[in-house]
Amino acid sequence: MTTDDLVFKALADASRRLILDRLRDEGGLALGQLCEGHDMSRQAVSKHLAILEEANLVVSVRRGREKFHHLNPVPIHDIALRWIGRFQADHLAALHHLKQVLEGDRP
Amino acid sequence: MNTTEFHYTTYIKSTPEKVWTAITTPEFASKYWGNANFSDWQAGSRWEHRTPNGTTVCTGLVRESVPPKRLVLSWVLPDDFGDEVKHSRVTFAIDDIQGMVRLSVTHDQLVEGSDMATSISGGWPRVLSSLKSFLETGVALDTWAGQERSCHGK
Repeated sequence: MTTDDLVFKALADASRRLILDRLRDEGGLALGQLCEGHDMSRQAVSKHLAILEEANLVVSVRRGREKFHHLNPVPIHDIALRWIGRFQADHLAALHHLKQVLEGDRP
Repeated sequence: MNTTEFHYTTYIKSTPEKVWTAITTPEFASKYWGNANFSDWQAGSRWEHRTPNGTTVCTGLVRESVPPKRLVLSWVLPDDFGDEVKHSRVTFAIDDIQGMVRLSVTHDQLVEGSDMATSISGGWPRVLSSLKSFLETGVALDTWAGQERSCHGK
């Protein structure tokens, strides 16, 4: 699989997108902390994290016995830029902000 | 005072030497970063991040310099240089992994909620995507061209 395939595969699952949401809002979570507030078993979260790490969407840092997880948005940025040029970016940002304002929250 | 940290990683089809050169050589950095980094890159030296018109928008000290593998910089707005507490830390780790270069950028020791902490999160992904494109294809991403920027990509 290419890098892009790994990223799309990883993002094609709602639970994994939720994990990325958590890490965007709060970087540096250990596995135990990530399991809190989810209806997923520790084993399931651990499996999702492995897929996210393989796609380079999550970077983990080991400190002592604990592993802390961070969102790495670079691959998503690479994909976005592949189809979005310099001049479109401003228009798309404006549309995105309009949608956020109208819908009241982040999509 | 709480601090926060960000971790960014990209894989680049290149060599550690080329990645190191792209970060530390102004002529290259200006092509994909827009701005350029100036220093003699010796531990203890000062470094400066300058826009094309020569304005220094970010600065700091070189904490560690191990070409082509590891570069640790303190990172602060020029006006705050004298205030040690306001120095955040940027670590570039460059590893050869099975013929690819893994470039990891860690920006930590950031004061939570500070302007620096909130604004860098959009900046580094742009820099790394553009660097990857520049080294792999010779062409930087055009999202940078002709824009005036601060050190964090705003």
